[in-house]
Amino acid sequence: MIPASQTVAGAKPGDMVLPEKRPKGLIAPKETFESVTEDIGSIVLTQKSPRAWWFGAAVAFALLMLLLCSISWLLYRGVGIWGINIPVAWGFAIVNFVWWIGIGHAGTFISAILLLVHQQWRTSINRFTEAMTLFAVACAGLFPLLHLGRPFVFFWLLPYPDTMGLWPQFRSPLVWDVFAVSTYFAVSLIFWYAGLIPDLATLRDRAPKRAQKIIYGMMALGWRGSAVHWQNHQSAYLLLAGLAAPLVLSVHSVVSFDFSVAMVPGWHSTIFPPYFVAGAIYSGFAMVLNIVIPIRKIYRLEKFITLRHLNYMAVVMLATGMMVSYGYVMEAFMAWYSGDIFEQSMMANRAFGPYGWIFWALMVLNVILPQALWSKRIRTNPLALFLVALSINIGMWVERFVIVITSLHRDFTPSAWGMYRPTFWDWSTLFGSMGLFATLLFLFIRFLPMISISEVRKLVSEEKEAQI
Amino acid sequence: MNPTVYGLMAEFTEPREILAAAQAAHKTGYRKMDAYTPFPVENLANHLGQPKSLVPVLVLLAAIGGGLSGFFMEWYAATISYPLNIGGRPLNSWPAFIPITFELTILSGAVAGIFGMLALNRLPEPHHPVFNVAEFERASSDRFFLCIESADPKFDLIMTRAFLEQLKPQCVWEVAP
Repeated sequence: MIPASQTVAGAKPGDMVLPEKRPKGLIAPKETFESVTEDIGSIVLTQKSPRAWWFGAAVAFALLMLLLCSISWLLYRGVGIWGINIPVAWGFAIVNFVWWIGIGHAGTFISAILLLVHQQWRTSINRFTEAMTLFAVACAGLFPLLHLGRPFVFFWLLPYPDTMGLWPQFRSPLVWDVFAVSTYFAVSLIFWYAGLIPDLATLRDRAPKRAQKIIYGMMALGWRGSAVHWQNHQSAYLLLAGLAAPLVLSVHSVVSFDFSVAMVPGWHSTIFPPYFVAGAIYSGFAMVLNIVIPIRKIYRLEKFITLRHLNYMAVVMLATGMMVSYGYVMEAFMAWYSGDIFEQSMMANRAFGPYGWIFWALMVLNVILPQALWSKRIRTNPLALFLVALSINIGMWVERFVIVITSLHRDFTPSAWGMYRPTFWDWSTLFGSMGLFATLLFLFIRFLPMISISEVRKLVSEEKEAQI
Repeated sequence: MNPTVYGLMAEFTEPREILAAAQAAHKTGYRKMDAYTPFPVENLANHLGQPKSLVPVLVLLAAIGGGLSGFFMEWYAATISYPLNIGGRPLNSWPAFIPITFELTILSGAVAGIFGMLALNRLPEPHHPVFNVAEFERASSDRFFLCIESADPKFDLIMTRAFLEQLKPQCVWEVAP
């Protein structure tokens, strides 16, 4: 790599290349179009899966079976097998729903918003995080449906030609949620597939086996990389990013309306939408790191996912983490400042009531431990970063537990107070959903290119041009 | 017009070369041609004389249409089909209809984006004559191809080959129809 100063001197006036703005180390030098294709494509086409893949996939599949058992038992017995009751009618199902949806947000943030602001470091992680979004939203969508009690009539949530002339209540945030989450899933799927088409064509052309050629060939839809194709493709891809960017901000805002439109103390707050969105991106980046750090090690992708990528993601986590911490402080401040006796007692109960220890665990996991990210040594040390990200992932789950359960279990009338204790089936559904997520992720790694090959080629070409 | 071949295809190794080749071919007067590259090369379609993509227009129209019909559905349900009088509040409570209007705007735009892109590219199209060239497999990896089609009025098997040779490609291939 030529030092930036030399490249600046060599650049013609009016050149679009801005070397000082191009971060170095996004891709290892000496990579060529062919080596990129081979390195990423061969993971899918010819390499044997490493032992870690088999081990991970086996654990994930076992957990998926646990989910199937839990769901079967739930459908047979009903939601009474969970710990939910009145007043805490929203137990783990809603905690898990909000947690999974939040995890998905980093994928769209990385692939759409960072594309629009020309952050080239997104290239080697965007495919992966888009897949993560898709699988996380699939897990999230499961929970409200199971929580319905009668999941077989889920379509009552949609406007369909009902023989009794009924409509969903369009003024209700719960109906907004249905539209937001299903739109989010559909748009994420479209965006992901649009980006995959050229890479599927690469796999089709390189596949050594006939079955692979046929399957990837069908999925590639006959893509041949013509200039006209690329022109329409790039235009559509950019527009999809432009559409997904406001969508990602809207989805968690709508999820937060499920809470903040209600009048329950601890929920009824205007800070919820931005605070939820920041929390979503926070936990999403933590999940990306928790997955990417082992993967880059196992598949030796360090030359594509460099320490610089990890550092950038850690910085995003630090920034959103500070926003989330600000949200915690403001919640407490507003409870006091409002002079509202119910808000004040909610806050006191949250910190010092029967669930107080969970609140303090949240503070440690989500506010105190992530302060380690101020240190660059931690940000560029994969193991330390993995542990901090794990703390944030658990912390964000705990945050949703605090919001849902401590607000509901003691509202206005002490005679209506109660306690919530998760049962075995609550836990098994939570861990089972992680199994679903991980199984999908393992299959994705095995059968689809986890890094966008065509975009990395473009990066290689730009890197080369910048050197000439 | 030569019905025995689909066209002639020149193979290049660098994006700069394909850009120059496209420009030269367009200048010489060739119109029925296309370039094939492993990643989007900026301005290539422009150099080939292609008009701008229609995808943005489709997405805009679909997004506006989706948003309007979403709002219309909510308004119709709330005021005409199933009006509910809740303490005398207005039936057309439009602020509460905005989230779904917004989501349907995005959804329609995105659906139009992908299907519009596929339709304009005439995909899915499982087979195309360019796949008859064995070397074309590398168009999805590390090679750049310019194909001048025999449907072009200026096309002549010998003259066009001579023209392509002079661009110094790796090779010039005859594409079977």
